[in-house]
Amino acid sequence: MSEDPGRPPALVIGHRDFAAGIVSAVIAITGREDLFRTASNYGLDTQSMEALLREAIADGVTMIFSDLPAGSTTMAARRAQRDHPDVTVVTGVSLPLLLDYAFASPEDGHAADAAVEKGRAAMMVARGSRSAD
Amino acid sequence: MPIELHRIDDRLIHGQVVVGWGQPLELRFLVLVDDEVASSEWEQELYRMGVPPDMRVEFVSVAQAIEKYSSFVADPKPGMLLTGDIDTMARLCAAIPALRRVNLGGVHHRAGRAQKLRYIFLTRAEEDELRAMAGRGVEISAQDVPAARVFPLDAILEGEANA
Repeated sequence: MSEDPGRPPALVIGHRDFAAGIVSAVIAITGREDLFRTASNYGLDTQSMEALLREAIADGVTMIFSDLPAGSTTMAARRAQRDHPDVTVVTGVSLPLLLDYAFASPEDGHAADAAVEKGRAAMMVARGSRSAD
Repeated sequence: MPIELHRIDDRLIHGQVVVGWGQPLELRFLVLVDDEVASSEWEQELYRMGVPPDMRVEFVSVAQAIEKYSSFVADPKPGMLLTGDIDTMARLCAAIPALRRVNLGGVHHRAGRAQKLRYIFLTRAEEDELRAMAGRGVEISAQDVPAARVFPLDAILEGEANA
Protein backbone atom coordinates (compact mmCIF):
# COMPACT_ATOMS: atom_id res chain seq x y z
CA MET A 1 0.00 0.00 0.00
CA SER A 2 1.35 3.46 -0.81
CA GLU A 3 2.40 5.75 2.01
CA ASP A 4 -0.04 8.41 3.10
CA PRO A 5 1.43 11.62 1.65
CA GLY A 6 -0.23 13.77 4.30
CA ARG A 7 1.42 12.36 7.38
CA PRO A 8 4.89 10.95 7.94
CA PRO A 9 4.93 7.63 9.79
CA ALA A 10 4.82 7.95 13.56
CA LEU A 11 7.34 6.06 15.65
CA VAL A 12 6.29 3.68 18.41
CA ILE A 13 9.04 2.89 20.90
CA GLY A 14 8.72 0.51 23.80
CA HIS A 15 10.25 -2.08 26.06
CA ARG A 16 11.46 -5.28 24.38
CA ASP A 17 8.92 -6.31 21.68
CA PHE A 18 6.13 -4.00 22.78
CA ALA A 19 6.25 -1.72 19.72
CA ALA A 20 6.50 -4.52 17.16
CA GLY A 21 3.64 -6.33 18.87
CA ILE A 22 1.22 -3.45 19.17
CA VAL A 23 1.95 -2.18 15.66
CA SER A 24 1.40 -5.67 14.27
CA ALA A 25 -2.04 -5.52 15.89
CA VAL A 26 -2.72 -2.13 14.26
CA ILE A 27 -1.73 -3.57 10.89
CA ALA A 28 -3.94 -6.61 11.43
CA ILE A 29 -6.92 -4.35 12.13
CA THR A 30 -6.33 -1.53 9.65
CA GLY A 31 -4.36 -3.23 6.92
CA ARG A 32 -2.08 -0.18 6.93
CA GLU A 33 1.63 -0.89 7.18
CA ASP A 34 2.72 2.65 6.43
CA LEU A 35 1.48 4.45 9.55
CA PHE A 36 3.94 3.41 12.24
CA ARG A 37 7.60 2.62 12.52
CA THR A 38 8.82 0.71 15.55
CA ALA A 39 11.81 0.76 17.87
CA SER A 40 12.84 -1.11 21.00
CA ASN A 41 14.87 -0.04 23.99
CA TYR A 42 16.31 -3.54 24.24
CA GLY A 43 20.04 -3.51 24.95
CA LEU A 44 20.31 0.26 24.56
CA ASP A 45 21.46 2.80 27.08
CA THR A 46 19.73 6.17 27.22
CA GLN A 47 22.22 7.85 24.89
CA SER A 48 21.84 5.17 22.24
CA MET A 49 18.07 5.39 22.54
CA GLU A 50 18.17 9.16 22.17
CA ALA A 51 20.46 8.83 19.13
CA LEU A 52 18.04 6.36 17.55
CA LEU A 53 15.16 8.78 18.09
CA ARG A 54 17.10 11.76 16.79
CA GLU A 55 17.85 9.77 13.67
CA ALA A 56 14.14 9.04 13.24
CA ILE A 57 13.31 12.73 13.70
CA ALA A 58 15.93 13.67 11.11
CA ASP A 59 14.20 11.16 8.87
CA GLY A 60 10.89 13.01 9.19
CA VAL A 61 9.22 11.54 12.26
CA THR A 62 7.25 14.19 14.14
CA MET A 63 5.09 11.93 16.35
CA ILE A 64 6.56 9.53 18.90
CA PHE A 65 4.47 7.11 20.92
CA SER A 66 6.12 5.49 23.94
CA ASP A 67 4.84 2.81 26.24
CA LEU A 68 5.55 3.72 29.86
CA PRO A 69 5.49 7.29 31.20
CA ALA A 70 8.22 6.42 33.71
CA GLY A 71 10.17 4.42 31.18
CA SER A 72 13.55 5.00 29.60
CA THR A 73 11.80 5.13 26.24
CA THR A 74 9.86 8.21 27.27
CA MET A 75 12.92 9.84 28.82
CA ALA A 76 14.84 9.36 25.59
CA ALA A 77 11.92 10.66 23.54
CA ARG A 78 11.65 13.80 25.68
CA ARG A 79 15.37 14.44 25.31
CA ALA A 80 15.22 13.96 21.55
CA GLN A 81 12.19 16.26 21.42
CA ARG A 82 13.96 19.04 23.27
CA ASP A 83 15.53 20.60 20.15
CA HIS A 84 12.55 19.85 17.95
CA PRO A 85 9.43 21.80 18.91
CA ASP A 86 7.54 20.26 16.01
CA VAL A 87 7.85 16.80 17.60
CA THR A 88 5.06 15.46 19.83
CA VAL A 89 5.53 12.68 22.38
CA VAL A 90 2.59 10.62 23.63
CA THR A 91 3.15 8.16 26.47
CA GLY A 92 1.12 5.27 27.79
CA VAL A 93 0.03 4.04 24.37
CA SER A 94 -2.61 1.38 23.96
CA LEU A 95 -4.18 -0.29 20.97
CA PRO A 96 -7.36 1.86 21.06
CA LEU A 97 -5.16 4.96 21.20
CA LEU A 98 -3.06 3.94 18.20
CA LEU A 99 -6.11 2.90 16.21
CA ASP A 100 -7.75 6.26 16.79
CA TYR A 101 -4.59 8.00 15.62
CA ALA A 102 -4.37 5.67 12.63
CA PHE A 103 -7.87 6.59 11.49
CA ALA A 104 -7.52 10.34 12.15
CA SER A 105 -7.34 12.72 9.24
CA PRO A 106 -3.78 13.70 8.33
CA GLU A 107 -4.95 17.31 8.50
CA ASP A 108 -6.17 16.94 12.08
CA GLY A 109 -3.73 18.95 14.18
CA HIS A 110 -5.19 17.51 17.36
CA ALA A 111 -5.12 13.85 16.39
CA ALA A 112 -2.77 12.99 19.24
CA ASP A 113 -4.98 14.67 21.84
CA ALA A 114 -8.08 12.92 20.50
CA ALA A 115 -6.25 9.58 20.47
CA VAL A 116 -5.21 10.00 24.09
CA GLU A 117 -8.82 10.69 25.07
CA LYS A 118 -9.91 7.60 23.15
CA GLY A 119 -7.26 5.52 24.88
CA ARG A 120 -8.42 6.71 28.31
CA ALA A 121 -12.06 6.16 27.50
CA ALA A 122 -11.41 2.63 26.24
CA MET A 123 -10.34 1.38 29.65
CA MET A 124 -12.92 -0.32 31.75
CA VAL A 125 -13.37 -2.94 34.43
CA ALA A 126 -15.96 -5.60 33.67
CA ARG A 127 -16.89 -7.70 36.67
CA GLY A 128 -18.64 -10.99 36.36
CA SER A 129 -22.18 -11.04 37.63
CA ARG A 130 -23.43 -13.71 40.04
CA SER A 131 -26.84 -15.10 39.57
CA ALA A 132 -29.14 -14.61 42.56
CA ASP A 133 -29.75 -17.69 44.70
CA MET B 1 18.24 -0.55 56.32
CA PRO B 2 16.26 2.33 54.81
CA ILE B 3 18.38 2.36 51.63
CA GLU B 4 17.21 -1.01 50.33
CA LEU B 5 19.32 -0.97 47.19
CA HIS B 6 22.40 0.85 45.90
CA ARG B 7 21.99 0.43 42.17
CA ILE B 8 24.10 1.19 39.12
CA ASP B 9 21.78 1.70 36.17
CA ASP B 10 22.61 3.83 33.16
CA ARG B 11 18.92 4.45 32.55
CA LEU B 12 18.61 5.90 36.07
CA ILE B 13 14.90 6.32 36.84
CA HIS B 14 12.85 4.07 34.58
CA GLY B 15 10.32 1.24 34.63
CA GLN B 16 12.49 -1.40 36.30
CA VAL B 17 13.37 1.02 39.09
CA VAL B 18 10.00 2.61 39.72
CA VAL B 19 7.79 -0.39 39.08
CA GLY B 20 10.03 -3.48 39.05
CA TRP B 21 11.79 -2.70 42.33
CA GLY B 22 9.68 0.17 43.58
CA GLN B 23 6.52 -1.82 44.12
CA PRO B 24 7.84 -4.99 45.85
CA LEU B 25 10.23 -3.00 48.03
CA GLU B 26 7.55 -0.35 48.65
CA LEU B 27 10.12 2.32 47.91
CA ARG B 28 9.16 5.78 49.09
CA PHE B 29 12.21 7.71 47.98
CA LEU B 30 14.93 7.65 45.36
CA VAL B 31 18.32 9.32 45.63
CA LEU B 32 19.67 9.98 42.16
CA VAL B 33 23.40 10.68 42.38
CA ASP B 34 24.64 12.37 39.23
CA ASP B 35 26.63 15.59 38.99
CA GLU B 36 25.11 16.54 35.64
CA VAL B 37 21.50 15.87 36.61
CA ALA B 38 22.01 17.62 39.94
CA SER B 39 22.88 20.80 38.07
CA SER B 40 20.10 20.66 35.48
CA GLU B 41 16.54 21.66 36.34
CA TRP B 42 15.40 20.37 32.95
CA GLU B 43 16.84 16.90 33.55
CA GLN B 44 15.36 16.80 37.03
CA GLU B 45 11.92 17.69 35.70
CA LEU B 46 12.25 14.94 33.13
CA TYR B 47 13.02 12.33 35.79
CA ARG B 48 10.32 13.62 38.14
CA MET B 49 7.81 12.93 35.39
CA GLY B 50 8.52 9.22 35.82
CA VAL B 51 8.16 9.10 39.59
CA PRO B 52 4.78 8.32 41.16
CA PRO B 53 3.34 10.92 43.53
CA ASP B 54 3.94 8.77 46.61
CA MET B 55 7.66 8.50 45.87
CA ARG B 56 10.08 11.30 46.71
CA VAL B 57 13.18 11.88 44.60
CA GLU B 58 16.33 13.73 45.59
CA PHE B 59 18.82 14.85 42.97
CA VAL B 60 22.29 15.18 44.44
CA SER B 61 25.87 15.49 43.29
CA VAL B 62 28.47 12.97 44.45
CA ALA B 63 29.72 15.43 47.06
CA GLN B 64 26.18 16.07 48.33
CA ALA B 65 25.43 12.33 48.44
CA ILE B 66 28.48 11.72 50.61
CA GLU B 67 27.52 14.59 52.90
CA LYS B 68 23.88 13.58 53.20
CA TYR B 69 24.24 9.77 53.20
CA SER B 70 23.67 9.43 56.94
CA SER B 71 20.37 11.27 56.62
CA PHE B 72 19.30 8.97 53.77
CA VAL B 73 19.91 5.84 55.85
CA ALA B 74 18.21 7.43 58.85
CA ASP B 75 15.01 7.84 56.87
CA PRO B 76 12.51 5.31 58.23
CA LYS B 77 10.98 4.80 54.81
CA PRO B 78 12.60 2.42 52.30
CA GLY B 79 14.57 4.05 49.51
CA MET B 80 16.96 3.37 46.65
CA LEU B 81 20.20 5.13 45.76
CA LEU B 82 20.97 5.23 42.06
CA THR B 83 24.03 6.07 40.00
CA GLY B 84 24.28 6.01 36.25
CA ASP B 85 27.77 4.53 36.07
CA ILE B 86 30.27 2.40 37.93
CA ASP B 87 32.72 5.21 38.56
CA THR B 88 30.16 7.29 40.47
CA MET B 89 29.25 4.34 42.70
CA ALA B 90 32.96 3.58 43.24
CA ARG B 91 33.49 7.16 44.43
CA LEU B 92 30.60 6.81 46.87
CA CYS B 93 31.87 3.46 48.18
CA ALA B 94 35.33 4.90 48.70
CA ALA B 95 33.94 7.78 50.76
CA ILE B 96 31.14 5.98 52.62
CA PRO B 97 32.39 2.98 54.63
CA ALA B 98 28.82 1.90 55.38
CA LEU B 99 28.06 1.42 51.71
CA ARG B 100 29.05 -2.20 51.26
CA ARG B 101 26.56 -3.74 48.89
CA VAL B 102 26.02 -2.72 45.26
CA ASN B 103 23.53 -3.92 42.68
CA LEU B 104 24.46 -3.82 38.99
CA GLY B 105 21.12 -3.22 37.36
CA GLY B 106 21.92 -2.05 33.86
CA VAL B 107 25.12 -1.11 32.07
CA HIS B 108 24.20 -1.31 28.42
CA HIS B 109 26.10 -1.67 25.20
CA ARG B 110 28.45 1.08 24.12
CA ALA B 111 31.59 1.09 21.97
CA GLY B 112 34.44 -0.58 23.82
CA ARG B 113 32.24 -2.61 26.14
CA ALA B 114 31.98 -6.40 26.03
CA GLN B 115 28.83 -8.28 26.96
CA LYS B 116 28.87 -10.04 30.31
CA LEU B 117 25.19 -10.54 30.96
CA ARG B 118 22.10 -9.70 28.95
CA TYR B 119 22.03 -6.27 30.58
CA ILE B 120 25.66 -5.83 31.60
CA PHE B 121 28.39 -4.71 29.20
CA LEU B 122 31.77 -3.63 30.57
CA THR B 123 35.02 -2.10 29.41
CA ARG B 124 38.27 -3.47 30.80
CA ALA B 125 38.57 -0.33 32.94
CA GLU B 126 35.09 -0.89 34.37
CA GLU B 127 35.94 -4.52 35.14
CA ASP B 128 39.04 -3.35 36.98
CA GLU B 129 37.03 -0.76 38.89
CA LEU B 130 34.54 -3.41 40.03
CA ARG B 131 37.38 -5.72 41.11
CA ALA B 132 38.91 -2.85 43.06
CA MET B 133 35.61 -2.12 44.80
CA ALA B 134 35.23 -5.80 45.69
CA GLY B 135 38.80 -5.80 46.97
CA ARG B 136 37.81 -3.04 49.38
CA GLY B 137 35.02 -5.22 50.76
CA VAL B 138 32.06 -4.16 48.66
CA GLU B 139 29.71 -6.99 47.75
CA ILE B 140 28.73 -6.61 44.11
CA SER B 141 26.07 -8.57 42.29
CA ALA B 142 23.94 -8.17 39.19
CA GLN B 143 20.17 -8.45 39.11
CA ASP B 144 18.00 -6.35 36.82
CA VAL B 145 14.65 -7.08 38.47
CA PRO B 146 13.72 -8.76 41.78
CA ALA B 147 12.50 -12.00 40.21
CA ALA B 148 15.67 -12.45 38.16
CA ARG B 149 18.69 -14.59 39.01
CA VAL B 150 21.40 -12.91 41.07
CA PHE B 151 24.92 -13.05 39.61
CA PRO B 152 27.86 -12.54 41.95
CA LEU B 153 30.77 -10.48 40.63
CA ASP B 154 32.88 -13.51 39.69
CA ALA B 155 30.12 -14.87 37.50
CA ILE B 156 29.60 -11.45 35.90
CA LEU B 157 33.26 -11.05 35.05
CA GLU B 158 33.53 -14.59 33.75
CA GLY B 159 30.87 -13.53 31.31
CA GLU B 160 27.99 -15.85 31.84
CA ALA B 161 26.49 -13.93 28.97
CA ASN B 162 22.89 -14.63 28.13
CA ALA B 163 22.66 -16.94 31.12
